[in-house]
Amino acid sequence: MNGAALIATTVQVVVVVTGAPVLVGLMRQVQARLEGRAGAGIGQPWRDLRKLLRRAPASPTGTGWPFRLAPLLLVGTSSVLAAVTPLLSTASPLDHTADLFAVVGLLALGTVTLALAALDTGTAFGGMGASREVTILALVEPTILVAVLALSARVGSTNLSEIVSTTLHDPLRVASPASLLAAAALLIVVIAETGRLPVDNPATHLELTMIHEAMILEYAGRDLALVELAAAMRLSILLGLLTSLFVPWGIAGADLAMLPLALAAFVAKVAALGVALGAAEVFIAKLRLFRVPELLAGSFVLAVLAVATSFFFLA
Amino acid sequence: MPAGAGGDRGGVARADLPVTVIGWSLAAVAVLAGVGVLAALVTPRRARPVFVGAATAGIGVAGLVAGVAALSGQAFQARLPGLLPLVGVRLEVDPLGGWFVAVSGGVLAAAALYGIGYAGGGHGPSGRSTQAALPVFAAALVLAPAAAAVSTLLVLWELMALASLVLILAEHRTRPAVAEAGWWYAVLTHAGFVAILLGLVLYSADAGGDSFTDLRAAHPSPALRGVVFVLVLAGFGSKAGLVPLHVWLPRAHAEAPSPVSAILSAAMVNLGAYGVIRVGLDLLGGGSRWWWLLVLALGAVSALYGILQAAVAADLKRLLAYSTVENMGLVFLGLGAAGTFATSGAPALAALALAAALLHVLNHAGFKALLFTAAGGVLRATGTRDLDALGGLRTRMPATTVLFAVGALGAAALPPGNGFVSEWLLLQSLVHALPAGGAVVAVAMPVAVAVVALTAGLAVAAFVKALGVGFFARPRSGAAASARESPPPMLAAMGLLAAACVGLALAPTAVGPALSRAVGAATHHPATVIGGGVSLRLAGIAGTMSPLLIAVAVLVAIVVCALATRLASGRVARRRAVPLWDCGAGPPTSRMQYTATSFAEPLQRVFDDVLAPETDVDVTPHTESAYLVARMAYRVRVPDRVEHALYAPIGAAARRLGRLGPVLANGSVHRYLAYGFFGVTGLLLVLAVTR
Repeated sequence: MNGAALIATTVQVVVVVTGAPVLVGLMRQVQARLEGRAGAGIGQPWRDLRKLLRRAPASPTGTGWPFRLAPLLLVGTSSVLAAVTPLLSTASPLDHTADLFAVVGLLALGTVTLALAALDTGTAFGGMGASREVTILALVEPTILVAVLALSARVGSTNLSEIVSTTLHDPLRVASPASLLAAAALLIVVIAETGRLPVDNPATHLELTMIHEAMILEYAGRDLALVELAAAMRLSILLGLLTSLFVPWGIAGADLAMLPLALAAFVAKVAALGVALGAAEVFIAKLRLFRVPELLAGSFVLAVLAVATSFFFLA
Repeated sequence: MPAGAGGDRGGVARADLPVTVIGWSLAAVAVLAGVGVLAALVTPRRARPVFVGAATAGIGVAGLVAGVAALSGQAFQARLPGLLPLVGVRLEVDPLGGWFVAVSGGVLAAAALYGIGYAGGGHGPSGRSTQAALPVFAAALVLAPAAAAVSTLLVLWELMALASLVLILAEHRTRPAVAEAGWWYAVLTHAGFVAILLGLVLYSADAGGDSFTDLRAAHPSPALRGVVFVLVLAGFGSKAGLVPLHVWLPRAHAEAPSPVSAILSAAMVNLGAYGVIRVGLDLLGGGSRWWWLLVLALGAVSALYGILQAAVAADLKRLLAYSTVENMGLVFLGLGAAGTFATSGAPALAALALAAALLHVLNHAGFKALLFTAAGGVLRATGTRDLDALGGLRTRMPATTVLFAVGALGAAALPPGNGFVSEWLLLQSLVHALPAGGAVVAVAMPVAVAVVALTAGLAVAAFVKALGVGFFARPRSGAAASARESPPPMLAAMGLLAAACVGLALAPTAVGPALSRAVGAATHHPATVIGGGVSLRLAGIAGTMSPLLIAVAVLVAIVVCALATRLASGRVARRRAVPLWDCGAGPPTSRMQYTATSFAEPLQRVFDDVLAPETDVDVTPHTESAYLVARMAYRVRVPDRVEHALYAPIGAAARRLGRLGPVLANGSVHRYLAYGFFGVTGLLLVLAVTR
């Protein structure tokens, strides 16, 4: 059983690493088509990564270990997240290592290392990106944890596999008001965490409006490839986590035979969510930075309502 | 002689020995305090910090030994009738007291070692009175949680307050802000002392004795219990720096010499939490639910307000001091949750929440002592605490930077830091409360979770700022550019603290048995709260987490990723040194960098209504034309709003009252005779009516 779980976890990590750039490519392609452009194809992010990986990384004057360590730490935390979240299977050998709180913490750790690297460059844009990123991080945190509370209250545990398994055994719970509200809250949070519209524009070329992109302006070559890969991985992990929490059907247990089916279901769900997000982004504009807290406050209210309703359904 | 008798005697000897371990350690504390004071008075100025530091470190080690002995299950009781007139001194070290004795001892040992290095080379206080106060303060700090009677506790408490006041005032000659901080501290700590005194005296008058055993056996009326608890909470809360009694803390902790700041912030404030646990849970036995909801609310407000101020602070030590307010808020939030669960009939959850609070006391002591000592190193090397003037210390002070980063990771409550473990425990206890009892809990606990989450998020912002702006990037002033690494004793002390932080972060289960004993002593229900080896397991809750495995997994992932990128990049592409690009505009000067103030500006704007910052723009036009600007000055200050709104009116009222003095006592003998006459007549009248 342990061997099978190990294989499932490895497949999970491999799928996330290889599939994440494809997901980004897919979203870009959907946007291109909706905007009437031909688009570069869904393989373009991988082609970019291959090109960047072959180029030498740069150490700008005055930067040091925080700048160099951040890309590795970012990919490292993302890989661990890919291993511990039940994307394909609920039987990860690392399951008891990290619960939902630890997952949130690891996500934040990745963000923080990148913000510190941006501050280490000592440029105005780096500081600006870091300042904005941690502001949003600070405001996102309450929503995430209160939504976690709403989800874990009905299960009696913050363990991810247990939440997913309980939903698998009792599918009607997904339709409960608490679950729907929590899903809406978490969706907004995921958009903010992954730097998508309307919080941040991943395709922007205007430095003054940047958040995530402003932090990575000084990276080049291999380092930039790692940062881009990690950003794509975080996007697919968070979308995968959303689907696992709210539409868990297809996720396998410790049974290896179920793995191909689980893989197909995972790819289909995440791709559908990605396409929907990509399509929605075509129709919305970026919010002003100081309107973002209002959006996040809205998502926080949704999360609090989710907790309140989950209490009344329990009582 | 039969073998059995020898075995018995051996058993007795083994049973006796531990008792004497605690006893001897406490005796060593007292003796070393005396030696330290003597050393401060007789040794020459140059050698003074070394002798006093050694004595203080000895006190710390003795305290650590006593605390660990108590936590490993040994008991100690002593009555010294001759030491204090009328009542005598009663000492008792149970696991709960032992927890705080050990924490204080550990912090003291490291801070004293640090102090030896800090004082060298004309830095730091080496005055006779200051140096003499240090061992006294240390001894009072270690002995206060060992007090087993109201009188003993109060004497030690006051000794601690006075000695710490002398230490805070150490640099009052060089900076006027120190004197002001001293005033605030003296007034608030004594107001707190009066509240504790009143509460405990009322309690022991009702109980008919002042030892804790008498108090535990007493059954006061619910009204009296409520009054005692509120008074004691106010008193201990002022020591712990709960909002709105926190105003002394950011001043005193920032203005005190850095080793003293570390002791104040990492050890002394803990005793506020100790007092509330001892009196509220142990002596009063839980009480009513509203007490604990009050504690919870105070803790939540303190945590939020403290970290919000820390997030916008530009003074490194002030930032750390406000972070202490936040962390004590979290501890009190845990205590409030524990009491609420205990009075709602959920003892397992209560034990878990209390364990989270106690573990957070320990973790906070570790990382805050480390952060204050590192900040002291920066202050010593650069002469400034202003983050806006720092930066670039990563190259000038590499070891201090890494050590500060370890502390900041703990303070930001990110995995794999030590703060994360206790906040995780706290969140687990809050999350599982939902099915446990009543509408009040169902409303309070989600709010508490949101507060902890927002606090954690803002703590990340505050410490990214402290580390990223203060230590990374390029120097923003000449002082920062010419900083030099701290001397070895300081680095050794910081290294010890960092090792403790890392140990607590990766192997929190190692303190599990001790923690369970301390919780058992407070709640009178001995039980295993935290277990497990590599992963942390909680009693009664399906929650596991393994900080060690998380750290190992991240490390393995990093190594694999580094190797994989090497392979994928094919031919060896060497890292190139290039000038900063900065979107083609570069190279930027160091004045173009983000400062701490600009970094915190978005947060300050988001929380505008809470913080009420004061901005001030001065435009000086040219003399020739009012439309040509010669100079512009933009100033922004974030004053402590509580101080303005609450203490300014109190201060004004006290001043008005003071002005009545000259009117009432104008020097006329006739008037004084009249006062006497009317006083006596009034008294007689009252007596005649009431008797």
